[in-house]
Amino acid sequence: MTHDILIAVLVLGALGVLFAVVLYIVAQKFKVVEDPLIDEVAEVLPGANCGGCGKAGCRAFAEACVSQGNMEGLRCAPGGDAVAAKVAELLGCAVVQGEPQVAVVRCNPANCGDQRRSNYDGLRSCAFQNTVYTGEGGCPFGCLGCGDCVAACQFDAIHMDPERGVPVVDADKCTACGACAKACPRRIIELRNKGKKDRRVYVSCVNKEKGAVAMKSCANACIGCGKCAKVCPMEAITIADNVSYIDYTKCIACRKCVTECPTKAIKDVGFPTPAVKPAPKPEAVEVPAQPVAEPVKA
Amino acid sequence: MKTFRMGGVHPEENKISNDAAIEVMPVGKQMVVLMNQHLGAPATPVVQKGDKVKVGQLIGEAQAFMCANVHSPVSGTVLKVDTCKDAFGLSKPAVYINVEGDEWLETIDRTPDIKRECTLEPKEIVAKLKEMGIVGLGGATFPAHIKYSIPEGKKAEYLIVNAAECEPYLTSDYRVMMEHAEEVCIGISILRKALGVPNAYIGIESNKPLAIAHMQEVARGFEGIVVEPLKVKYPQGAEKQLINAVTGRRVPSGKLPIDVGCVVSNLGTTFAVYEAVQKNKPLIENILTVTGKELPSQHNYIVRIGTTYNEIIKHSIGELPATTGKVISGGTMMGKAVVNLDAPTVKGNASVLVIGEKEARRAPETNCIRCGKCMHACPMGLEPYLFSALVKNGRTEEAKEHNILDCIECGCCFFSCPANKPLTDEIRLGKNRVRAMMAAKK
Repeated sequence: MTHDILIAVLVLGALGVLFAVVLYIVAQKFKVVEDPLIDEVAEVLPGANCGGCGKAGCRAFAEACVSQGNMEGLRCAPGGDAVAAKVAELLGCAVVQGEPQVAVVRCNPANCGDQRRSNYDGLRSCAFQNTVYTGEGGCPFGCLGCGDCVAACQFDAIHMDPERGVPVVDADKCTACGACAKACPRRIIELRNKGKKDRRVYVSCVNKEKGAVAMKSCANACIGCGKCAKVCPMEAITIADNVSYIDYTKCIACRKCVTECPTKAIKDVGFPTPAVKPAPKPEAVEVPAQPVAEPVKA
Repeated sequence: MKTFRMGGVHPEENKISNDAAIEVMPVGKQMVVLMNQHLGAPATPVVQKGDKVKVGQLIGEAQAFMCANVHSPVSGTVLKVDTCKDAFGLSKPAVYINVEGDEWLETIDRTPDIKRECTLEPKEIVAKLKEMGIVGLGGATFPAHIKYSIPEGKKAEYLIVNAAECEPYLTSDYRVMMEHAEEVCIGISILRKALGVPNAYIGIESNKPLAIAHMQEVARGFEGIVVEPLKVKYPQGAEKQLINAVTGRRVPSGKLPIDVGCVVSNLGTTFAVYEAVQKNKPLIENILTVTGKELPSQHNYIVRIGTTYNEIIKHSIGELPATTGKVISGGTMMGKAVVNLDAPTVKGNASVLVIGEKEARRAPETNCIRCGKCMHACPMGLEPYLFSALVKNGRTEEAKEHNILDCIECGCCFFSCPANKPLTDEIRLGKNRVRAMMAAKK
C-alpha cells in the first residue's frame, strides 16, 4: 500500500521537476524585457485613453515616454502640469511645462432657433449632414449642430446649447484632449491657450467666403476686412482666405480688436462684465434683447 | 413580365403630370451657369468678363479626365466669372451671363426636320459627345464620353436604355417618349454604332402602356431595337437592376456593367445624344417636370440650364403653396431637397417636385425590431440593419467586409423600415467612412 503511494508521489514529483525545468528554459529563451518604469509611468497617467496625445492610449504614451527617455514633444493634456511633473520625476528629466489649453468653438451663428433657414431631419450626425448641404443656419462653414463633438468627449465637457444649436465648452472640465476638434467635420473647434485668469479673445468664425457672401450666410461672420489686424498692438492677427486668425501665443487680450470688429465676430471670454450698468432710462424699453445677449457671451 | 430578382419596393406612383405636353420655358434676364454640372472636377471657365457669347458657345472646358464641357445656354454678355451658391447652399464656380436676344451659333441645326443618317465613325461619335458636354441624365451626370469609351479588352454586347422612370412623380422621360420617339431611336442607333453592338433594349415599366405601344410602333422602323415592358417595381431603372431584369445577368460586387457586357443609358441621354450628333446642339437644356399633389397645375418643360428654381416656379405655378414642406430636385426616393431656390438648375435636373408639409416630415425614429424588412427590400441583397449598427459603433472595417460599398442608395430600406430608422443615411455615412479608410491605407 505505502509502496503504491510512494510510486505515485515519485512519478508526479519527477514530472513536476521536468516541467519546471522546461518552463524555466522556455521562460529564459522567450523573455520579454519590459522596463518596469513603463508600468510606473502608466500608473500616474489619468488612464482615460482619450488619445489626445496622439498615441493609441495611456499605456502607449507611457511606452513612448520611457523609450524616448524625456518628455520632449509628449504631453498629456488631461493630466496637465501635475502629471507632467510626476512623469518627469520618474524619468529623471526636465519638466516640459505647457500652457493649459481649452477647446474653443469658433462659430457664433446668427441664424439659429427660429431664424434657421432650413429644417434638417435626417440622420443626427454632423459628418453625414456635412456631405448633404450647408446645414440649417445656411453657412457652409458653420456648426451643423448634431453634436458629433459632444459624443466624442469623454470628460462631459462639451454640451449643445439647445437654443443656439452650437456646442458650449465647460472650461473647468475640458482637458484639451482634442477629441472634439477631430470629430468636427468642419474643423470649427480649436485648442487654444486658456489665457491668464481664463481670459481669451478669439475669432468666432471660420467662414472662408468673400465678405459679402459671408455676410449673406451669417450676420456674425468674419468678413476678412482686416480692421482687427490694424489695431492689434502685438501683430498677433493675420488674415488668410478672408478669415482673421488671432495667434494665441502673441495675444495679450487687450480687446482692441473686439471693439473694432464690425460684425462682432471676435469674442472675448472670461472678462468681467462692464460695471457700467446704469442705462435703464430709455434703452431698456427699446432693446429688451440686450440683457439676454450678455450671459450667452460670458 | 421581366423584373430584377431581389428586393424592391412599390411606392405610390403619382405620375400626375403624365398628360402635360412639353412646353418651352422662356429665358430669364440673367443666367448663372455652374461649372460643375457633372460628376467629377469642375470645368475651367474659358470666357472673361465682357465677352459676348452665343447660345451653344463653349464657356467651360473639360481639362480633367472626369469632367465635361459646359456651354452657354443663352446669348449675351458675360457679367462676371465668380462663385454662386448651388441648390444646397454651397459655393461653386460659375459664369454669370446677361441675356441679350437669342442668337444661336450658326453650326447648330435648329430646323425641326429629323435627320436619320449618321455618317460619323464610332470614335468621332465619342469625340462629339465630349465636345457637346453630354452627361448621363439619369441622375448621376456621369460624363458620356467616358462611359462610351469601352476600355481595352472589354466588349459590350447589349445597350440597354433605361426608360423605366421608376421614381414616383417624374414624367419627363415619358413625355420624351411620347413626343420624340423617333429621335430617341436614332440616338440609340448612334450609341449602338459607337459601342459596336447590334442590339438595344428599351426597358419601360408597364405602368406606361401608351409609351410602350408608341415606342414599339416607332422601333419597328429600326432594326435591332426591342422594347421590353418591365414590372412596376422600384428601383427598376437602377443600372444593375435593369441589367438583371433585361438580360438576367448579375453585375458582381465591385464590378461595372461593362464587365458583364452591358452598357446602360438613360432615355433622356439618348435624346441629348441625337441632338448633339445630328443637330450639333450641346447639352444646354433639361426636360423637367414641375409637379406636386398640392400644385394647381402640372407641367413638363424644356428649360435652359441656368434658369433658377424660383424662375421655374414663378413661370409655372406663380408661387409655392403655403403648405409647401419641401422642394425636391428628382423623385421622392432618391431626389435631393433644394435649400436655395435662387440656385440655377444644372444638367440632369429632372424635376421640381413640391411636397406638402405633412408628407415632407420624417416620422420619429424608434428602435429596430429585427423584422428584416430592409433585407427583403434591398435590391442588392445587403443587410441594412447590420450596417446601421456597424456604422453607429464605428466598425468601419466590418462594414466594408459586408460589402457596404455595393449599396446603390436607392432608399428601399428606409422606405420599408417600420421603425423609421434613417438606414440609407447611415449607410451613406458608412460608405464615406469606408472610402476614407481605403484612401488612408493607400
